[in-house]
Amino acid sequence: MSISEREDLSAILGHFGPYGGRFVPEALIGALEELEEAHRTSQLDPSFVSELAELHRTYTGRPSILTEAKRFAEHAGGARIILKREDLNHTGSHKINNVLGQALLTKRMGKKRIIAETGAGQHGVASATAAALMGLECVVYMGEEDTKRQALNVARMKLLGAEVVPVTSGSRTLKDAINEAMRDWVTNVETTHYMLGTVAGPHPFPTMVRDFHKIIGEETRAQVLELTGRLPDAVLACVGGGSNAIGIFHRFISDPTVRLIGLEAGGDGVETGRHAATITGGTPGVLHGTRSYVLQDKNGQTVESHSISAGLDYPGVGPEHAYLHDIGRTEYRAITDDQAMHAFALLSKTEGIIPAIETAHALAGAMQVGNELGKDAIIVINLSGRGDKDVQTAASYFGIPLD
Amino acid sequence: MTALDQLFEKVRAENRAALIAYIPAGFPSQAGCHRVIAAFIAGGVDAIEIGYPYSDPVMDGPTIQAAAVTALDNGTGAEEVLEALKIASASVPAVVMTYWNPIERFGVDKFAAAIAANGGSGVITPDLTIEESVGWIGATQTSSINPIYVVAPSTKDARLAQVTSKCGGFVYAASLMGVTGARASVSSGAGDLVARVRKTTDLPIAVGLGVSTREQAKGVAAYADGVIVGSAFIKAIQDAPNEEEGLKAVTELARELAKGVREGR
Repeated sequence: MSISEREDLSAILGHFGPYGGRFVPEALIGALEELEEAHRTSQLDPSFVSELAELHRTYTGRPSILTEAKRFAEHAGGARIILKREDLNHTGSHKINNVLGQALLTKRMGKKRIIAETGAGQHGVASATAAALMGLECVVYMGEEDTKRQALNVARMKLLGAEVVPVTSGSRTLKDAINEAMRDWVTNVETTHYMLGTVAGPHPFPTMVRDFHKIIGEETRAQVLELTGRLPDAVLACVGGGSNAIGIFHRFISDPTVRLIGLEAGGDGVETGRHAATITGGTPGVLHGTRSYVLQDKNGQTVESHSISAGLDYPGVGPEHAYLHDIGRTEYRAITDDQAMHAFALLSKTEGIIPAIETAHALAGAMQVGNELGKDAIIVINLSGRGDKDVQTAASYFGIPLD
Repeated sequence: MTALDQLFEKVRAENRAALIAYIPAGFPSQAGCHRVIAAFIAGGVDAIEIGYPYSDPVMDGPTIQAAAVTALDNGTGAEEVLEALKIASASVPAVVMTYWNPIERFGVDKFAAAIAANGGSGVITPDLTIEESVGWIGATQTSSINPIYVVAPSTKDARLAQVTSKCGGFVYAASLMGVTGARASVSSGAGDLVARVRKTTDLPIAVGLGVSTREQAKGVAAYADGVIVGSAFIKAIQDAPNEEEGLKAVTELARELAKGVREGR
């Protein structure tokens, strides 16, 4: 199937082949149609496009730079390793790209209140930031377990003026925070926009969130061409829901020589069942309003995911990833907690950059791929987030006393 | 014509609304659920909805969420749901209410056939949109069961017509914008919604969400063909000191609600 046919399919109610779509209560259809229309018209509206671009220039800090990781590359088969520095964005990750876009859409739709889910807190902090900037009320749903593990981010969100609601239902993690946010949305849909944080959920979220993140790949492609004179051999990114990966992949999909490799959270190892590698270890199903790969049991009940990285600890994945995987355009591999933490320490010590643990999965993948492709290869990694939020987890993992 | 279709013909002839009671399979236990079904029937309910407990019930409030957790902990899956359906449908028209993924996992055609084989009249699918229903509508036709969709106060008229044209058995009208659970009063939006649905279809219309008392049932029965009660029964079981008392409370509540649905007109 050609790329243009693929685009046509995605236009039919947000389907990506058999994936995507809308599996939601009828109560939300009106809001999803309104959002779809607001997104569609805003993309064609020069004033919207320039307002977002100006925000990215003066607030986010775009374009984000490239950094060559020469010392780290010695551990990756000597390949040329190039980092796309989304960690240098305001709030410390790629998440800001999406929330600024959605916050502008919220205003465009005349809504005054946003709700968001968060796992590690990165999307919650980004949402609270955008809400503060634009004068919107903000409520963040966060699993009770995560509020304890990420107390610092809870405080950050509160300082930014957001209300943080600990979710005590189900497994008390990200999946349940999404459930609770959807319940809020069903109840308050007239006044409220649900600022979903990844390329999952019902149409138009997977398409819209991708559109707000695809700037990563657009910048990267031009920057790499300027730096190296050619396209890279491979582009790598970590995949939980998959927003940073789709963001950097999308501009390269029509470049057939560029391998696109997503690194999923292998937890204790896919074979143990304790992982969050949804494409590697899951099966097609419906979760949170979209059809994609899902970690599920024989009755279609969602299985709890496991990862050292709260941001990848999700039993679903964006439907576009599922489709790109099935047609063979992208590849996915699982990286265990230990492999990710090894790469986390290595980048810190060889480059002076402490990555988010999510991002460390992509770095571990680069060590494998670099060894496979050899020293003539050019490998780009989306350095999706910085590791400040993970210092406590990492200290505990490496046995560094904090008192 | 399903047993559910026949029921609505009968209650129309009696100029009253039908009382439809909901219980998740496997709650409070497998055998306990079967006893609740018997208590429903003893109390005079007209039809039963067997809930398929699901790990991520985004349309449900805390009461049904908690019941679903209990039911899943009790090992409830398709087999247990179908067994409860079979027991209920031996006495009254019965349907299954389920989120979509368990159906897709089981196999769409196979699920519809299993519903029919166990005496079920239909399936309520609260998160299945008509756009995603192509295979499902065909499966329900092949197995001669009713595909029942849920509409909401926010559903626009043009869309209501599209949804009700795919519906069979009855149209499930959610009384308010929100999740399941008992409320102090039934939303005034319910009457408006039912009136708007009537303009699009001759199918019976049942109202759910927030109904828990005889007075509320009476109020809804004035304009709807069916009154759906779920959380109030579950709460009666959860609040009882033991199962025996819980079952008594269920029968008593069913009796009261059965009076309510006969007093509306």
